Amino acid sequence: MMSIKLALRNLLGAGLRTWLNVIVLSFSYVIIIWYQGLIDGWNVQARRDMIAWEIANGQYWNENYDPFDPFTLEDSHAKIPEELTSGIIAPILITQGTIYPEGRIQGVLLKGIPKDQKVLRIPTDKLVKENGEIPIIIGSRMAKNNKLSTGDFLTVRWRDTNGTFDATEVRIAGIFKTDVPSVDGGNIWLNLEDLQEMTQSIGEATLIVAGSESISGKEISGWDYKSLDFLLADLDQIIKQKSVGGSIMYILLLLLAMLAIFDTQILSIFRRQKEIGTFVALGMTRGQVVKLFTLEGGMNSVLAAIVAAVYGIPLLMFTRYTGYALPYDVDDLGIAISEVIYPSYSLGLIVGTILVVMITATFVSYLPARKISKMNPTDAIKGKIQ
Amino acid sequence: MEESSIIKIENLVKSFPIGGSFFTALDNINLSFSKGEFSGIVGPSGSGKTTLLNILGSLDVPSEGEAIVLEKKISTLSHKKAAQLRNGHIGFIFQTYNLLPVYTVYENVEFPLLLLKMPSKEREKAVKEAIEWVGLTDKIKSKPAQLSGGESQRVAIARAMVKKPELVLADEPTANLDSENSHHILQTMERLNSELKTTFIFATHDEKVMSYLNRIIRLEDGKVVKDELIGAKIAAS
Repeated sequence: MMSIKLALRNLLGAGLRTWLNVIVLSFSYVIIIWYQGLIDGWNVQARRDMIAWEIANGQYWNENYDPFDPFTLEDSHAKIPEELTSGIIAPILITQGTIYPEGRIQGVLLKGIPKDQKVLRIPTDKLVKENGEIPIIIGSRMAKNNKLSTGDFLTVRWRDTNGTFDATEVRIAGIFKTDVPSVDGGNIWLNLEDLQEMTQSIGEATLIVAGSESISGKEISGWDYKSLDFLLADLDQIIKQKSVGGSIMYILLLLLAMLAIFDTQILSIFRRQKEIGTFVALGMTRGQVVKLFTLEGGMNSVLAAIVAAVYGIPLLMFTRYTGYALPYDVDDLGIAISEVIYPSYSLGLIVGTILVVMITATFVSYLPARKISKMNPTDAIKGKIQ
Repeated sequence: MEESSIIKIENLVKSFPIGGSFFTALDNINLSFSKGEFSGIVGPSGSGKTTLLNILGSLDVPSEGEAIVLEKKISTLSHKKAAQLRNGHIGFIFQTYNLLPVYTVYENVEFPLLLLKMPSKEREKAVKEAIEWVGLTDKIKSKPAQLSGGESQRVAIARAMVKKPELVLADEPTANLDSENSHHILQTMERLNSELKTTFIFATHDEKVMSYLNRIIRLEDGKVVKDELIGAKIAAS
């Protein structure tokens, strides 16, 4: 208790020197939390968007379906199993097709999804037939890359189940904006019944998106259940890589802050030799002096946390609600990322950062303080540089 | 140790390594100090006064021989025991005051009592009393930078005296003071010596200080060349 009182007295008594140190350290707190919060926010958003637009409560894949093998795609569909028809689902039929925007040839995936589905956020309610035209919806990336607009007609060619080529005109009924690239780029969404009719695969689907947990994880012959963990594995991998990058930034910021404290403590020892000698002469043990200096350094981080809270909480709250607009076009990045990222500040992040900074600050204060124990008190009293 | 003797020095030698050889700062010193003495170690610069004071204050250890201070053998004291001896029983007054710059007068004087873990009310009373002894009640909230040299040294005296130690070691306490301030602080210390029966040992070459002493030990080249009692000024011992 006495050491804490003295350390606090020394810190507050040092005035500007302390406050400069505290302010620099408080920047580190706020920047580390903001940066980590931004990455966490990105991760949370990416997961949330993928679940909302593509995954829901998991998917049942036809046993032949392999999203990375285009050669087996035409054989990867089957009747929608009865076990699932009673639940909330969004069956999707996938086949390869070709479009000819502006005279160019481009391979696409034709995806049939029920127009009245409520499982995914894809705006399928626009897939209502008018005047016998087949309506489609596409994502904004797809539209931008192919210079397509709502109301445009597009020639689509595909093979039916017998391998026979067929083609028709489709009308773009809507363009939707999504942050999930696998729902957007190279995908054309049609009403499931239309695609089933086009491919002569009535009542069939390639995969079935589970709309509720009650139908997730069932064992169904000919269909493999893919859990959220499986479907988000690639995203988790990207997040992991980002986290490594984030950790490097975290460590760099931490090192900068620690350098400031270490520097101040080293300077303190040289500047305050006479004071240290006086402490010893007045009856402090070497251990008490080391403890006092270590505490002083550690308390810097406590004061910095308080200062950081004063301006950091409103600032971080503000960024949480306004988000951080990315300064470049993120559409082509190929990963689920929105134009505005809303940072996510979890309690774990805040408490963890505070603890890490405090422990590290205390440790780097201890290192120079330990030097004190080797100081000759008779020279220290005179303030002789050793 | 004699009945009233609080310090006994026997065949004390202190040498420091310089280059490849040793410099003998104190050479075969034999002395004893009684309770309540107001004595001084005098001599020119480099004669070993401060070195002897540092050993008596357990800030340094003899190379040979022994110094027994308040029944503690300095050469065998651990760092912790030496700190306890200084904290509980010895007060220091330095030539350059050595006040803690970020503390107020009150906090500087309070510091030794915090180390002694004295209860807060008792501590407050003792600190105020000590500040009153040296006549600085009106400067209680001032910081050292706001004090004159004389005032700073009076704070240092209050800090040394606040725990009512058996022994006060004062190293050139008047070296940075003018004549008037020197007399003022010497009178203060003389008064405390007679009121509290505290033993004062000075290291000095200041004639003004010598005029107050009741015993003068002259050191030259690390050896005691003269040890005289000034009869009329011998304290109550």
